[in-house]
Amino acid sequence: MQLWQNLPLVMIVLPLMCAVLCSVLRKGAARGLMTGLSLFSGLSMGTLLYLVAQRGESYIYVMGEIGAPFGNELRIGITECLIGLLFCLVLICSILGGWRRLSQEVAENRMHLYGSMVCLLISAMMAITFTNDLFTAYVFIEITTIAACALICSTNKGRTLFAATRYMIMNLLGSGLFLLGLSILYCLTGHLLFPQIEESVTALLADGRYAIPLALACVLMTMGIACKSALYPFHTWLPNAYASATPTSSALLSSMISKMYIFLLIKIFFRAAGSLVFARGIGDILFVFSIVGIILGSVDAIREHHFSRMIAYSSVSQIGYIFLGISLGTEAGMAAALFHILAHSAAKSMLFLSANKLREVSGDSDAFRDIRGSGLRAPLAGVAFAIGASSLVGIPLLGGFTSKVFLSQAGIELGGWRMVTLLLALALSTALNVAYLLRTTMTLYRPGERYPLTRSPLVKDKPFTAAMLAMIAVNVALGIWGGQVMDLIYKGIAMFN
Amino acid sequence: MLQLLYEHIDVVVALALFGIGFTQLLLNKNLIKKIIGFSMMDSGIYLFLASYGYIESRIAPIYVEGNTDPSLYVNPLPAGLVLTGIVVSVSVTAVMLGLTVRLYQRYHTLDIDEIAELVRKEGK
Repeated sequence: MQLWQNLPLVMIVLPLMCAVLCSVLRKGAARGLMTGLSLFSGLSMGTLLYLVAQRGESYIYVMGEIGAPFGNELRIGITECLIGLLFCLVLICSILGGWRRLSQEVAENRMHLYGSMVCLLISAMMAITFTNDLFTAYVFIEITTIAACALICSTNKGRTLFAATRYMIMNLLGSGLFLLGLSILYCLTGHLLFPQIEESVTALLADGRYAIPLALACVLMTMGIACKSALYPFHTWLPNAYASATPTSSALLSSMISKMYIFLLIKIFFRAAGSLVFARGIGDILFVFSIVGIILGSVDAIREHHFSRMIAYSSVSQIGYIFLGISLGTEAGMAAALFHILAHSAAKSMLFLSANKLREVSGDSDAFRDIRGSGLRAPLAGVAFAIGASSLVGIPLLGGFTSKVFLSQAGIELGGWRMVTLLLALALSTALNVAYLLRTTMTLYRPGERYPLTRSPLVKDKPFTAAMLAMIAVNVALGIWGGQVMDLIYKGIAMFN
Repeated sequence: MLQLLYEHIDVVVALALFGIGFTQLLLNKNLIKKIIGFSMMDSGIYLFLASYGYIESRIAPIYVEGNTDPSLYVNPLPAGLVLTGIVVSVSVTAVMLGLTVRLYQRYHTLDIDEIAELVRKEGK
């Protein structure tokens, strides 16, 4: 084994240590450590992606010399590294983009704890991305839940406290379901590592034994993840949590935390229980839920009168797209889902951060009439919002367009009633997206009476400018080089088994 | 049917606990009762895991002089999972209790609907 292959373990353990360290540091030092650590994670993830792609095959990192079937393993392949790299990019940009707001909203004597929670989050993100073991994934899911709750209520306002409580309740229900599903699956198969579970599940299915408990375990785990990542009927906690938290937190919540749960679900579906999920029709049920989510999420967003809550509701609809890709059960569907994770993470974090700047120059108001003309007061934020919104709507040359193309291709390949429903839902949802996202973009450039249309002094914010330029670059790159990214994803999927 | 239920009494109890806890966490308005529900829900799962980890007439996987036959021992993994799970749920309970204390200090009620109402009024 080569030395670089130890890198994933360092990337999980180092943030854990930093989290402890952060809690005793002073404000500035903690913030520096948090930023430095996210830069380090991004760099090492990039290096790892390059090395694994060079190597041409994935590898399994055995923890503590106890190999399968009992030990604990990490598995490192192209898909994991690619998703992880984007998460790290989002992380860096969210911290920089919300930098000024973070120092204003989070109390002086709490900043080090905020840093500590971000470090925990990085560690959990790495572990969930790389782990090959179901129970390790569960433990880190809970760590994420705690860290995310702290990130939401870091501003210590009544609204955020309440949002954090709602978030915790829904997430605890989700993790309870997930844990029960996991326990049933473990009792039936006797394994916790994905490849071994796959083997047992295939054998059990061939025998025809335990058909109902197996399906139940799968349904429970899927419902658990759906609660945690806000698939349509389980999304009630989302708008409050996203809209009331500080911008860094809401960007992280929408683009990283909910996405890493979905990535875990993809791993479970396609590496552990695939034959089970798609043989027993669980995929079809998920398909229906995601179609409903896509449409009703957009309808909710249109009915919303608050700027940031509207962006939050659009997440519900976009999460539907990702679940739609997964539920098709084909390789193309999974690839489209993975691509949409990338595209949506890049676009949504940019939307949250730029929306925050736009509100900041409009007297911190969340009402549509006040943000009129804010695109002229904060030009870069306006442009970033327009690009993010266009990407979600699906304007060519941006990430969202490419992922919609791949999603439709996956549907057409499948044929039948699902193709028709998928294409209709995509068309309808694009129209609905135009109705709220592009309408809001136009509002940004319409003259309003309350605030002047000249450049606001608040736009002199260097970290924000850097973050926005980077995010715009990522969004455009995902659109232009979508094909190449997709090739990489396909290579990663080929390594999955 | 009754015979079947009796044979799997541990699973029945575990799932009943899970169900009661789940509905409490979801539907009860009182925050403290919600947290109690959460604890019950998790305990149900641990009972389920622990009862499946136990095999009658086998002993705990602690090496005793002379007993070298591995078929004498039970698999230690389920017990390990339960222990890890308990640690996780204790820390989550602590976070939930902390949130509840902060909410109570601010709004002087534990009823989540009332708190929602107060938060809405505060926002305007």
